[in-house]
Amino acid sequence: MSRITLKNVTKEFVTRGGHRVTAVDNFNLEIQEGECFSFLGPSGCGKTTTLRMIAGFEDLTEGEIWLGDKPVSVKSKNLYVPPEERGLGMVFQAFAVWPHLNVFENVAFPLRVKKTPRDELRERVMTALGHTDLQGAEKAYPSDLSGGQQQRIALARAIVTNPRVMLLDEPLSNLDPKLRESMRFEIKALQKKFNFTIIFVTHDQSEAMALSDRMLVMDLGKIIQTGTPREMYQNPANKFVYGFLGLSNFLRVRVRDGRVFPAEGTIQPIPFELPQGVSDGEGLLASRPNEIGLSRTEGTGYPGRIEKRLYMTFCIEYHVNIAGQVIRVHTPHGNVLPEGCGCFVQFRNPRWYAGESEQVELERIERQVI
Amino acid sequence: MKFFLTSMFGKETSRGDRRFGLDRIVFLLSLFILIVTVLMPMLMIVVRTFFKGTQPDWALFTRVVLAPENLSAIYNTVKIGFLVTLFGTVLGLFYAWLIGRSDIPMKGLMKALFTIPYMFPPFFGAMAWSLLLAPRSGYMNKWFMQLTGSTAPLLDINSIGGIVFVETCYYFPFVFLQVVSALERMDPTLEESARIAGAGQWYVIRKITLPLVLPAIAAGAMLILISSISHFGVPAILGFSNNIFTLPTKIYQLINRSAGSFDGIREGAALSILLVGVVVAALYIQRLVLKTGHYDIIKGKSMRPMLIKLRGAKIPLLGISLLSLFVIVVVPLFMIFIVGFLKAYGLPLTLQNLTLRNYEYILGQSKMVRDSIVNSLFLSVASGVITMFLGVMIAYVVIKVKPRGKGFLEMLSLLPYSIPGLVLAIGVILVWSGAFGINLYNTIWIILIAYIARYVSFAMKSASASLEQVHYSLEEAARSCGATHLESLRDITIPLIRPGMIAGFFLIFLPAMRELTTSVLLYGPFTRTLGVAIYAINSEGNTVQASALATVAIGIIIAGHFALRYVTRDRKGI
Repeated sequence: MSRITLKNVTKEFVTRGGHRVTAVDNFNLEIQEGECFSFLGPSGCGKTTTLRMIAGFEDLTEGEIWLGDKPVSVKSKNLYVPPEERGLGMVFQAFAVWPHLNVFENVAFPLRVKKTPRDELRERVMTALGHTDLQGAEKAYPSDLSGGQQQRIALARAIVTNPRVMLLDEPLSNLDPKLRESMRFEIKALQKKFNFTIIFVTHDQSEAMALSDRMLVMDLGKIIQTGTPREMYQNPANKFVYGFLGLSNFLRVRVRDGRVFPAEGTIQPIPFELPQGVSDGEGLLASRPNEIGLSRTEGTGYPGRIEKRLYMTFCIEYHVNIAGQVIRVHTPHGNVLPEGCGCFVQFRNPRWYAGESEQVELERIERQVI
Repeated sequence: MKFFLTSMFGKETSRGDRRFGLDRIVFLLSLFILIVTVLMPMLMIVVRTFFKGTQPDWALFTRVVLAPENLSAIYNTVKIGFLVTLFGTVLGLFYAWLIGRSDIPMKGLMKALFTIPYMFPPFFGAMAWSLLLAPRSGYMNKWFMQLTGSTAPLLDINSIGGIVFVETCYYFPFVFLQVVSALERMDPTLEESARIAGAGQWYVIRKITLPLVLPAIAAGAMLILISSISHFGVPAILGFSNNIFTLPTKIYQLINRSAGSFDGIREGAALSILLVGVVVAALYIQRLVLKTGHYDIIKGKSMRPMLIKLRGAKIPLLGISLLSLFVIVVVPLFMIFIVGFLKAYGLPLTLQNLTLRNYEYILGQSKMVRDSIVNSLFLSVASGVITMFLGVMIAYVVIKVKPRGKGFLEMLSLLPYSIPGLVLAIGVILVWSGAFGINLYNTIWIILIAYIARYVSFAMKSASASLEQVHYSLEEAARSCGATHLESLRDITIPLIRPGMIAGFFLIFLPAMRELTTSVLLYGPFTRTLGVAIYAINSEGNTVQASALATVAIGIIIAGHFALRYVTRDRKGI
């Protein structure tokens, strides 16, 4: 029942200026029962629009959405089930707890709508409040409570009807970092207890990776890649996913005769096995700062110069100049190299990507404004 | 008074830096102006009512309050106020919901039309509707009687119902604008989460939307109630002929009949206290209603709220809205405009009956009218400039300087907001007709003083709004660059709030241009204002000339609004 299927889902908006924007472009996805699935992407990528179409707040321009065996939005048949009949739970970024109702009444609202008998209502609300650590606060008003507690009210309100699918729209981004981490675990624990399917929308890659069984990365309305967090991190499909899933350096390089050079006129190639089918021309060599070795021993890598050294909490960061381009390198505390000295850089797990046009970058910025 | 002031600032010198000199002058100056223009008139009303010379005298007050004609005026005032508030709130809510939450087309046009009643004084509406629905002479009634052969008019605008109708037309935007803005600022997820929880559209409106905008509704309704209770123009134009009096028109009648005699003014003062009492009671009721508190409903990322599809009801609802807007806005303006060109009131509205003679008369021949236009222009510009600077000074003291006693200053500046214009006028008469050795009665200056007192609340609110956006750090940055306090004010703060100041000027200029309630008690033989001139010509029965002059006033007001819009066209947040 809690499988979610999206087929060819497309959503177009007409902006105030009058031109059409495809917010979500031919989105196909199947989310399994009990799965925790994340939509990850920068703002304006279409992830929230997709979630709102699943919730029923937006109609589709094309395509269909199924909850289990039940179609809820089928454009070709003009079928559209309003949000209140979809039987979902949802938690919003701004909590959306009702300020004129106290905690008990906030959580009781979904049951009151369904005209649940009084005793049962009371029992279920108290259970939900227990699960979210809100016992004793039922008479308080939201304005008396902290952000974390307000988000717990929203969670309790979402689970009180025991929905099979839970939609989470950046529920943690209004919380401070410490609280965010503990709420992550609480959501995971609730899922284990009630075994609902989660769709989690976020722009925070570490949140997505920590929480999800599977995830996808969206950009400019399209799904770029779908997979488990591990697959995605280890094998990003393009430069965008690589850059989105962690810290990264992109070294502009030239390919000549199957060898990779950091700049025109440099004689020494970077030791790197190019993927098949890459012809001569320009490209990007992607690397993660913590996957680069740094030493002063001749012959251990590509020569460079340390321009700057910064002490950070988990590592030391070096800014290393390689043939005119600067990359960031993270090494553990301990072995310290001085600023200004020559060094040798070893890329342990570099990847090669074709460059991205400026056009794409501009479009991304434009969509954020809309 | 001297003791009071020193006790208020005694400890203030501990701040000790040089900026205190300037700030202190600003504080004392604005306090002085407010005490003279606002506080003293109010005190004088109380003193004159309850004291005869130096002897306490309660007899006058009890006699005035218990006079049967005054009791019926109280009854009418409360009845009209209640009905206008009821209908205005329902109407305003309906349109606010339609525009804020439904998918009705032409929202932009409707919103623009809704602001029009705001621009024009309600007594224009009263004039226009009596052109149409005066029992015998109104065009609509005449057509009706011709068509049906009936001898009874279709509707009689000279009735309580007529007064309620016209006031409702002009005051419902108070609720409309308050609620529409609350709906637009409201976080849409508050409603969406209720939908997800299983509630249908109507359930969400009843249980979530309405309770959340209740403070906005109450605030708008209270504005309607206070405005209606203290309103003079509409009941004066529609009520006098049928002996329907409200408290403001009764006060006007008392003062007018007494022809400046002291006893008449005392009686008017006593009734004023009663009127203020009714307003205070209304404000108290509002407090009770709003006790549930103000909710913070503005949160989260801005997203378009989910609009409710009207489906089949869309076209009928659009039709009803446009028709009612047409009746409320377009019809009265058109009537005033067309009658201004008529050779004589009552002639059929055909081409050969039209003439420019009325304009010739009012703009060319009538010195009284020309004087009134000049007077109103002078008064509006002067009170606009003075009050705007006063407002900036008060707002500066209240927001930036924050001395002890700022609460008192703020209270004084906001007090005129809830004092009916007629009451203020009586107070100003009591203070400035020789009681303190200065007699300004029958001069233009007494009107100017009254305007300043009347509009200082607007100016103060508008200046506070812009000053609050100028962060401390901006001025401090200038100081850290070596600017003196005066220089940082002149080069940083004032330029930043200049657009707000210009807008504030127009917010006073425009209502002052059409002011009637205060001026009608204060004008002398040579100091009629535009509003007074229109009102006087109209009550003398020269309907066509009154309409022509009203058209001129409408032109000036529209020009002012365009100027305001031009000034504020790209006003951005600082």
